[in-house]
Amino acid sequence: MKFWTTAAAMMLATTAYADTCATGKTLTDGVLTVATGNPAYYPWVMDDAPESGKGFEAAVAYAVAAEMGFGADAVTWVRTSFDQAIQPGAKDFDINMQQFSITPEREEMVDFSVPYYTSAMAVLTTKSVVDGGAMAEVSSLKSLIWGADANTTAVPMLQDLIAPEKDPLLYDDNADVTAAMQAGQIDAALFDLPTALYLSAVVLNDGALLGQFPADRSENPDQFGMLMEEGSALKECVDAAITSLSESGKLAEIEAEWMQATTGVPLIK
Amino acid sequence: MPQQTRRQIFEARQRKRANTIAAISTIAVFAAIILLIPLTPGWENVKRSFFNGAVFAKTFPGLLEAFVMDVAIFLWCAPLIAALGLAVAIARDLRNPAFYPLRLFAIAYTDIFRGLPVILVIYLIGFGIPGLGLPRPWNSPYIWGSLALVLVYSAYVAEVIRSGIESIHDSQRNAALSLGLSGGDAMRFVILPQAVRRVVPANMNLFIALQKDVALLSFIGPVEIFRQAGVYKSLMANFTPYVGAALIFLALTIPATRYADYLMNKQSKARS
Repeated sequence: MKFWTTAAAMMLATTAYADTCATGKTLTDGVLTVATGNPAYYPWVMDDAPESGKGFEAAVAYAVAAEMGFGADAVTWVRTSFDQAIQPGAKDFDINMQQFSITPEREEMVDFSVPYYTSAMAVLTTKSVVDGGAMAEVSSLKSLIWGADANTTAVPMLQDLIAPEKDPLLYDDNADVTAAMQAGQIDAALFDLPTALYLSAVVLNDGALLGQFPADRSENPDQFGMLMEEGSALKECVDAAITSLSESGKLAEIEAEWMQATTGVPLIK
Repeated sequence: MPQQTRRQIFEARQRKRANTIAAISTIAVFAAIILLIPLTPGWENVKRSFFNGAVFAKTFPGLLEAFVMDVAIFLWCAPLIAALGLAVAIARDLRNPAFYPLRLFAIAYTDIFRGLPVILVIYLIGFGIPGLGLPRPWNSPYIWGSLALVLVYSAYVAEVIRSGIESIHDSQRNAALSLGLSGGDAMRFVILPQAVRRVVPANMNLFIALQKDVALLSFIGPVEIFRQAGVYKSLMANFTPYVGAALIFLALTIPATRYADYLMNKQSKARS
């Protein structure tokens, strides 16, 4: 008798989560917990409301969840900082997406999915610096005073791509970088292209995009992956979902919907 | 050796007993910490994130290099703080009614800057004043960030010095005045030498605190040790660089703290 009830329960369970490899691997059964930044920025998440599914990362999260067998109502959101995402111990999210660049050093401490976006790096500056003679050429960029967000891979990229003459100044977040630029303390800053587009159009008073380094330009381009706990059982399913999304062209579709056209930004020589 | 009194023998035995107990309890506590913590389920993860030998070796030289910046900022701030603190303390003690506005200003200054969080002052002055449109190099975050530290710490130092001035009995001042010294000379030759000496240990504590708060300047751009550790942390997803930075700070602050304690002890002995 016991055997039959167990079998029946198992059958029920399999029908409830039919055809998912994620079953039993999430924090809460049947629910995918996704983490994003606090606040989450445009164009990654619109209006800091990931639940709406609007914005590139929010849309990708729901698409990946659907691919893994989670309906839109089975996705919950939490907020973490970068430090919370990498702290040792139990995580309160299944996947964390806030433009985390995949690097080999980080891979040693946490797991990353396959990349869901590859970003070009862009030079954010102000119109007055451009008027002052800065050009989209590495030789001209070297003499500028640079800034960057200290928590991003823009810091080593800056040395890689430009190798400025003066030591760059580093800040905690986008808001501080733009404040320093407005105060004239830095001339230019390196960001991933979508963030740079947003900052120059919305946040900076006389922002300008001097140019971009296309993704294939640097040795290890800035690729964003979903962050998971080291040794996460979920990684396989997430990878499979992202791969299938990119093969079916769905990922490119989401990108086209939420990312501004980046073709207008000149390449840096 | 002279014959020990019964009391001396008793006291020696008591001391020995106290030392033994202290040693046993210390060993027991340390053994518990060293043996028990690694038994916790998350210890391996914590060790990998915070006490990672490979990451430590890779980042430590860069951290040391960045620490030079901290020392430099400290070195140019400290004398300015001492000077401004002293000036404000004296301003608060001015007795001539004509100087009342100055006194009022000094009171407002110490109240405001002791009441504000250091980080807010650094943001406000470090980004705000250059934002008014100063040309380079006068908008440098080093200049204005340092000024923010000087303003905040001078307020504390001023209060400490003032407490020293007030601890000198009024009869000293009166005696100096009756000997024909001017008010300024009485302050300079009679009050201050005694007052400043009394508050040296308290000021030492403030300068130890300043040593650590120098790291707050990183919020407005300068890449000092704390920021450099943050960059490493971000690139390697590992908190070990912060531990390295902490060790470097400790190497400087512990001797300084011990020295302040020594001064304080010496002073209390001299007074008793």
